[in-house]
Amino acid sequence: MKTKNPLLYVGLIATLIFSAGPIYFMLVMASRTNNEIVSLPPPFWVGGKLSSNVNRVFDNPDVLFRDALLNSLIVALVATVCVVLTSSLAGFAFAKLKFRGRNAMLLFVIGTMMVPVQLGLIPLYMLMTKLGLSGGLESVTLPFIVAGFGVFMMRQFAEQAIPDEMIEAARVDGASTFRIFFSIVFPALRPAAAVLGLLTFMERWNDFLWPFLTLDAEHPTVQVALSRLSSGYYSDQSLIMAGTLVGTLPLVVVFIVFGRQIIGGIMEGGLKA
Amino acid sequence: MRIRDRFAKTEARVAPYAFISPFFIVFAIFGLFPLIYTAWVSLHDWSLLAGDQGYVGFANYRELFHDSDFWRALTNTVGIFLLATIPQLILATVLAQVLNARLRARTFWRMGVLLPNVTSVAAVGIIFGLIFSRDYGVVNWGLGHLGVNPIDWQGHRWSSWFAISVMVDWRWTGYNALILLASLQSVPKELYEAARIDGASAWRQFWSITVPMLRPTIIFVSIVATIGGIQLFTEPLLFGSGVNAISGGNSGQYQTVAMYLVQQAFTGQRFGYASTVAWVLFLIIAVFAVINVALLRRIKSVE
Repeated sequence: MKTKNPLLYVGLIATLIFSAGPIYFMLVMASRTNNEIVSLPPPFWVGGKLSSNVNRVFDNPDVLFRDALLNSLIVALVATVCVVLTSSLAGFAFAKLKFRGRNAMLLFVIGTMMVPVQLGLIPLYMLMTKLGLSGGLESVTLPFIVAGFGVFMMRQFAEQAIPDEMIEAARVDGASTFRIFFSIVFPALRPAAAVLGLLTFMERWNDFLWPFLTLDAEHPTVQVALSRLSSGYYSDQSLIMAGTLVGTLPLVVVFIVFGRQIIGGIMEGGLKA
Repeated sequence: MRIRDRFAKTEARVAPYAFISPFFIVFAIFGLFPLIYTAWVSLHDWSLLAGDQGYVGFANYRELFHDSDFWRALTNTVGIFLLATIPQLILATVLAQVLNARLRARTFWRMGVLLPNVTSVAAVGIIFGLIFSRDYGVVNWGLGHLGVNPIDWQGHRWSSWFAISVMVDWRWTGYNALILLASLQSVPKELYEAARIDGASAWRQFWSITVPMLRPTIIFVSIVATIGGIQLFTEPLLFGSGVNAISGGNSGQYQTVAMYLVQQAFTGQRFGYASTVAWVLFLIIAVFAVINVALLRRIKSVE
């Protein structure tokens, strides 16, 4: 029986207005002129300047927004593919293979999720400079091609998704561990791999602090370009809002298409912790 | 045949280590090493451009202890953290309870509460900067109808803390509600049935069943919130505008420790001193995490 309590729905609708409101506000402001933005009462409906504001964002020579979108896509995709692969490999090993030191190392992996490694940013900066990677996209990609969270998540999934008999049977047939991984295990891990991929992609797309510190003017990601837009000497609010909208839209689309999977992944992740 | 067998045996023994090594190698280089090396750098006079200027022992730590800018940033950070986290946890728990009811269009509501989390932190800072704008922001416009004079949200300590807390809560409350909801769904329904039969009110059920059953998850969520909250950076940075945003307002009224760290490292070019800030911040996070667990353990379990 579905609940009939109207109070619950009133509360939910209020929550929805609160959570979607600022995003709608961004759309409204991105479609207005600067004069309309600073007028009182503030505009509440979408105006007609959206495409011209968006064009101004792409034409702005200071922030390289087109490059920024591409850069964010590259960084996020590379990190996503690597995290899914390395996490699946390690997760499978921790769940299904026996080796010395397994439990201690798994504990270490879990520990890495609780340690704020971002605080090592100064030596990381020095390291990237030494490697000659400072300023470029490699510097914001390399540190994130593995994730403790991913290893743990894939381990939990592999534990229940892959029957031991399946691996034993493959071994009897003479398959190597690598062969077993690629032909049996990885296909079975696909549902979890997809969720991990989505979560990783969103996290990398939205990453700010480290890219903000290390990337040079020629290689911005979207988030860095946004901060440059908004920290200019003059404040062109409709330009800033249009940029914010363009930078946010890709993830909103991903979210609307894969919302169910993303929610499932987050809820699973919390349950296991 | 025998050689093949031996090969297979060796392969089976080495493979697990080969599978886990990418994680450990990359994490050691780009995660663990920088974090530990921070402690080493903090014991040096180390400049961004000139490099290591020599070992200075704990001089950076002594300086930090007497650095009023650092203490102000720490007060701001802890203030914003408490102002944001306490209401957030309460709201998230209530929201989880609501989402746990048998609702129509379940996925729709869940997506609705998670939507803010999809928005980037940078975007949140920019959008709320405009919403809380003094002269033409929606918030002041709304307050004006209630007869409140326009508030300079960026200008004062409490008002900027409040606005930044709203940003943090906007982005994270729904996310945490979903995690709590997951744990709530594993609570046996019979507990609520029994409570209803005994005539317990919804409020009583919430405090006597929901909260105690959620305790481990609440601890987890609040530790994650602590780690994130103590390192708060992007929201306050983009809440202010202009080229000097890193100073967190005219008199640093909303500069967080993470902002102070970056300012010392890159504006002040003092890598050694900034590393000291980083290492102290690390210790503060550890202390807060312990306090958190100690406090939340006192929530009593279901009898």
